[in-house]
This record gives sequence, C-alpha cells and structure tokens, in this order.
Amino acid sequence: MADKMVRFIIERQDGPDEKPYTQEFDVPYRPGLNVVASLMEIQKNPVTVDGKRVAPVVWECNCLEKVCGACMMVINGMARQACCALIDELKQPIKLQPARTFPVIRDLLIDRSVMFESLKKIQGWVEIDGTWEVKDAPIQNPYTAATAYEISHCMTCGCCLEACPNVGPQSDFIGPAPTVQAYLFNLHPLGKFDAPKRLNALMEKGGITSCGNSQNCVEVCPKNIKLTTYLAQLNRDVNKQALKNIFNK
Amino acid sequence: MAAKPENKIIVVGGGLSGLMATLKICEGGGKVDLFSYCPVKRSHSLCAQGGINACMDTKGEHDSIYEHFDDTVYGGDFLADQIAVKGMVEAAPKLIKMFDRMGVPFTRTAEGVLDLRNFGGQKNKRTCFAGSTTGQQLLYALDEQVRRWEVKGKVQKYEFWEFIKAIKNKDGVVRGIVAQNMNSNEIVSFPADVVILATGGPGQVFGRCTASTICNGSAVTAVYKQGAHIGNPEFIQIHPTAVPGSDKNRLMSEACRGEGGRVWVYKDGKPWYFLEEMYPAYGNLVPRDVASRAIYKVCVHMGLGINGENRVYLDLSHIPADYLERKLGGILEMYSEFVGQDPRKVPMEIFPSVHYSMGGIWVDRLHHTNIPGLMASGECDYQYHGANRLGANSLLSAAYSGTVSGPEALRWARSGELGAPLTQEELDAAQRECLEEFDNIRKMDGEENAHRLHQELGEIMYKYVSIERENKGLDQCLKELKQILKRWDNIGVTDHGNWANQEAMFVRQLRNMILYAMVITKAARMRDESRGAHAKIKLDEAGNRMTDADGELVFMGRDDEHFMRTTIVDYDPNTEEPQISYMEFDHSLIKPRARNYAVAKKE
Repeated sequence: MADKMVRFIIERQDGPDEKPYTQEFDVPYRPGLNVVASLMEIQKNPVTVDGKRVAPVVWECNCLEKVCGACMMVINGMARQACCALIDELKQPIKLQPARTFPVIRDLLIDRSVMFESLKKIQGWVEIDGTWEVKDAPIQNPYTAATAYEISHCMTCGCCLEACPNVGPQSDFIGPAPTVQAYLFNLHPLGKFDAPKRLNALMEKGGITSCGNSQNCVEVCPKNIKLTTYLAQLNRDVNKQALKNIFNK
Repeated sequence: MAAKPENKIIVVGGGLSGLMATLKICEGGGKVDLFSYCPVKRSHSLCAQGGINACMDTKGEHDSIYEHFDDTVYGGDFLADQIAVKGMVEAAPKLIKMFDRMGVPFTRTAEGVLDLRNFGGQKNKRTCFAGSTTGQQLLYALDEQVRRWEVKGKVQKYEFWEFIKAIKNKDGVVRGIVAQNMNSNEIVSFPADVVILATGGPGQVFGRCTASTICNGSAVTAVYKQGAHIGNPEFIQIHPTAVPGSDKNRLMSEACRGEGGRVWVYKDGKPWYFLEEMYPAYGNLVPRDVASRAIYKVCVHMGLGINGENRVYLDLSHIPADYLERKLGGILEMYSEFVGQDPRKVPMEIFPSVHYSMGGIWVDRLHHTNIPGLMASGECDYQYHGANRLGANSLLSAAYSGTVSGPEALRWARSGELGAPLTQEELDAAQRECLEEFDNIRKMDGEENAHRLHQELGEIMYKYVSIERENKGLDQCLKELKQILKRWDNIGVTDHGNWANQEAMFVRQLRNMILYAMVITKAARMRDESRGAHAKIKLDEAGNRMTDADGELVFMGRDDEHFMRTTIVDYDPNTEEPQISYMEFDHSLIKPRARNYAVAKKE
C-alpha cells in the first residue's frame, strides 16, 4: 500500500463558545475522491498525522448529489458543497473550515436556521386555500415557468450568504438566497396576488436595500442561479412598490 | 392541566409524506410536533429525479386511471394490496393539480399545460416532471406550505432531532416518543395523541446505495423492536445503472439507455456489448432486473469488470454531443461534476445499486400499524408497490400516503381508543432508559470501529441479499450478520463527549441497521420463489447452483399458490431473531397473470 495520501488541514471547534484549532489528517488517495468521502475515511480511522487518536470530525451531509444543500463548508477559502468538491481539482493540502457567517455548532457543523427564518419574513409560499381540490390550476407561460424552475433550485445551502460582504454582524441583510425567493413567488400566477406583501417586506430592515451589489453571490452559487439578475429585477419591483405606496396613501 | 388540550400529533420525518400529513392535520385543526434528522427541506425526497405518475391524459393517448392501476399492480408482480393501489392512482391527478397551485415549476408544453413523459413499465405518457429534479420541487412546495402553518403556530419543528423509540401507555397504546437533540445530545420524552412515522427507506443497511446518508431505517427497527410488524422487507429494488462511489452510488437515469447508451466491457481485448449479445431482441433496453443480473454476471461470475472491479461501461460517446445535451444535459453534468470525466467523450462506469425498499412497516389501508396509536407513511411503510416499484410511483405513494395518514391521525386523536395519557413517571422512565443506553454507548471502548463495521455490513448484504439470492447464501448471511451483531458489542468510540456526538448516535443507528439486515435476509430466505425484485436461484440436492443446458443459472418461478401473501416479520425479544409469517391481502380486482420478461422477450 504505497498509496498516495491527501493531506487535510481541518479547522475544528469543540463547541459554539470554544476556541478553534486545527488538526491534520492524511487520507489515501483514489480516483474520484471528494471531500465528503475523505471525511468518511477519517471517521473510519480518526487519527491525525501526529498519530493522535481523536474524535471524528463533525459535519453535516445528506444526499451527496448536490441537491440537499447540507454539506456546505469553506474549502480552500471558498464556500461550496463538499460532496462535489473533487480532490483532483483542489490544491493540496486541502483546508476545510466551517462557514463562519453562521454560528458554529461543532467543527464544520453550522447553524443555518436564520435562513429558514428569513423565508418566513419574505412569505415564501403561495397562499392556497387548502390542499383539497379546487379546480384546474391556471395555465402558465412556459418561459416564465422555466425561470421559476431555475430559481426553485435554491437549496438554502448558504454559499451566497457566506460569500456576501454585506451579510454579517455589521448588517441585518437576510442575504441573496432568501431575497431572491421572493421573486420566485411573485412570478407564480397565484403567488403574485401577494407580491406587494413580499416587496414591502423587502423594504424593511435587512431587505434589499442592504444589498451592496458586490456580485459575489452569483460567483459561488452551486446551482448557477442568476442571483444578481433577479436581485436587480427585485430592486426595480421594490422601488415601483414604494412609489405605489406613496401615491395610494 | 386545566385547559382542554388541543389534539397534538407527532410526525417523525419531514420528507414528502411527513409534510403532506402535517398539512392535512393542520387543515383539520390539529397541531403537529414535526421531528426530523435534518431541516425538512433537506429530506431525501428531493433526490427523486424523473417524475410523478398521474393519469392526466393530455397527450391524446386515451390514458386511463385503470391502466395506471393495472401497470402498478403488474409492475409489483401482484403483491400489492389492490384496494390501496386503486385509491392512490385515483387520487393522483388531484394531487398534481394541488402541487401545481402550490407553485411547483413543472415542465410545461408550449401552450402552458403540464408536459408528460414516458417512463419504464408504462405504455402511455403519464409522468409529470419538473426537469430532472421533480422530487426537489415537490418537497420544496410542501416545505413552503408547512412553513406557512409554522408561522400560524400550528407546527412546531424539531429539526436535528432523532427519534429513538415510541412510548406506550399501560394499555399498549402509543402516546408519545423519546427523541434526542443531535446538537445538544439532550434526550427528551414528548407526549402526543398519536404518532406518525414517515422516516423513509433503509438503504444504508446496504452501505452504499442511491439513498441519502440519513436513510438508515433506524426508526423502523426501533418500532419493530416494540412489536410493529414489518411487511415484505425482502423486496429491495436494484437499479442497474448507478455510478459507484466510496461515499454513495449516484443514480444514472434509465434515460441514458433509452437514448441509445450501450453497455459493454472488454473481452479478449475487444469491446463486448454483452446486453446486445445476450438479449438480441431488446439489447440495451432490457428491464431493470434483467440488466442488473447481466451486469452482475459479467463482473462477478466472469470477472470481466473494468480493471477487475465491479463496474461496466455505459457508453454515450458515439452519440452526437448536441443531441446528448438536449436530452440528457443535466444528468451528464452530474456525472462530470462527480467523476471528473466528460461522458460525451469517454464511457461512463456504472454498476447496479440498491435503490428503493418496497417493504417496510406493515400498515392497514388507513396507515395504522398493528400497534394502536402508531401510524406509518411513505417509504418506511410497505404499502402500494408490492414486489417491485414502478418508476415515478415513489413520489406519488409518498405524497398520497400523507393525505391518508394525516386526516386519519386526526380522526384517531379525536375519537380513537387512546386510553390514558402518559404519566410523568412513564415519560421519565422512557427518557431514562434511552439516556442510559446513550451513556453506555459513549463509554464503549472496544476494538471495533463503527463505520468500518457498517462497511462490512453493507458488503455482506450486497454479497448475499442483492441481485442473486439463494438459500445457502442466505443462511450463511444470517450467520455472518449474527457475528456482526456480536461485534457491535465490541465497538470503541473515540468521542466520549456529550455535544453533537455524531459517532455515538451512529453506533445506536448501526445496531438497528444490523437488526433490519437480519429482517431482510430472513424474509428473503423464507420466500422460496422469484417475484419482482426478489430473484432466487435454484439449488440442486448437493446445494450447488443449478444451471441449464446453456450454463445459465436457473431461477425459481413465481409461486402464487404459496407466496401470493404478504411477508410479516416480528421481533423476538429473547433471541433478537426475526420471526416470519404470512398474511393474506386483497387482490380481488385484477387477476394475477405472468410477469415474465423472458417470455415477452421472445415475442
């Protein structure tokens, strides 16, 4: 077993209020290896390069197909999903850190509940009367539906929040992902009935005015959602709504 | 307790079925405590790609609900309760309209109505889809609607909480659960009027599979140990074309073969298109089980897998790139992203993988288990698919079962025989028992590593209980599983702490996975026939595998006389061994007929 090894430098933290520290691990290389598979390897043999037996690294993952959004972490300085981070495409040693825009629970495990709370603020749903049968759903323009499909890929992973310079302790900005979800529901033939509510919500503190248009979000979105395009469109919609609010007073 | 308590229902699992049940309960005026391993938006339902079946009949093919019914029953090799299936296929078009109103971005035709696609095992276009991420889109729609009820105060989410066990009152009625916060590790008892488990499939029992890492079936085993029947667990669907990975096997849609993909390996230095040679009539388009068995044979029996490993080529490189892009774009991207090679230029490497469990917790048509107060819905139950699931029926059964279990849970909470609520002593005793168990796990300091033991468990299950099953192997498997169970006692953990201790929680899940592996294996051992996903090789008197004149393995046939019955597995608390019995079910609507692809092939 004269195998090639892959060196990982992992930023660890035993609890929310504990001090971070780093540990290094070697994982046997094989073709197709990704970061999650490497962390699984460490679980099977949680020994550092110094030969110290330690608690296995804690992180979150589910689907390993880049649809669930769970395994987001900072890999070599960039926020991304760990499951599709191929070792062959990463500079070694590979540095893993938690996405510190969010509170760290332990090691690479973070608390992203704030994103789900933001989805409540923007009222991210269609106000249907109930799950019972009403009548046929309205026909939709297939081109608009295709746009909705693109935005609806957002898996609330938080890459865009981690990359955004305006999300953090210095600002209330809810971040690109939840903001753009408002645009998704405003596109729907039934959802658009409540568009004014969502646009008004985005006028409040932490809403779209906190976006500094740094364009980082669109660079890191693992789903290639044109976040900045929709943020710009929303900005126009919010301004129009603000004018309407003035004239309808 | 002065005020009259509202009906409180615990739903465990936030996938399609759990969320659908939650919505129905809220609409009926109940309150839900919703427990999940993960934020419900990250549940495994989102991995379903292809679509959801419903007879919309918008393609001029005169599709009918009856045909959907017949395809489902036939596809399931006549082991599904026909009354239950009928209910599901009749409700399907209404469910699609509901999802449409909720905002699911279904793929549409030029005139803006829902498009339909073909899917395996069905003659008509019947599959509604949202690109190649239908499950994700359906799950999100329900997640959004549940969030709405959360804002209204009718849903309390417990995300990152693991179900440990149900709690029964002195009459044996389930009136609560014990769960653990996966971050703080605190263990708490929760009372309720009724409990619905919607905890998904047990794919992780096989180690690597197409399921998420959270699909370990641990909750199912927990209630099996408390007396719940398991139904038809031996029926595990194997998908022929998945990309093997050390972390998981990623599904490559059947559409790859449908669009002209060719399966081959090197033989004597030359490409051998073995499916085309073995099955000249169908070639690469043989059904899932036939393709899986052929690939298995070429790799395992003939040793012709790529580099001697268990994988073969699925080749699209001969097809023009622009055509591939149009038809299979998303899928090819996923392959490139995870494998780092471009399937437009080099053949993909694939192997069959465990994909879906038709079996699970036995339920009646209203989704009650045999334990009063405990219900089950979604992939964790055994209903709707019989011996084999039809493609794009899984999202349907998940959503539909929630529309049944939810309202029925509320009815039961209001007028069922609940008996007494749990006393504080009963709640405390259950909590204490789980706490002790967890503390003992945290102290384990044996030689075995739990994750390596899990890997061995998966290897054993793949070896004996996947594509080819035979009784000698299954007996051997049971022996080896018992050894694995014994070795579990000798696990050592390196994390002895009590904060986000994923290792200790995994050790607890692993024991349940081993027990469920025994359930699958014993049920497979006792079913002496081939039906649907369960294919058993005949042995001669000396215990050797029987072959025909051409050297082909001889499989048992379907035996309706003895085995057109539901397998029921019960837990024996003394030996921990699964006990097998059989139960009659309703197959009064469609008369069984042969589902024999070998015969159809000759036609």
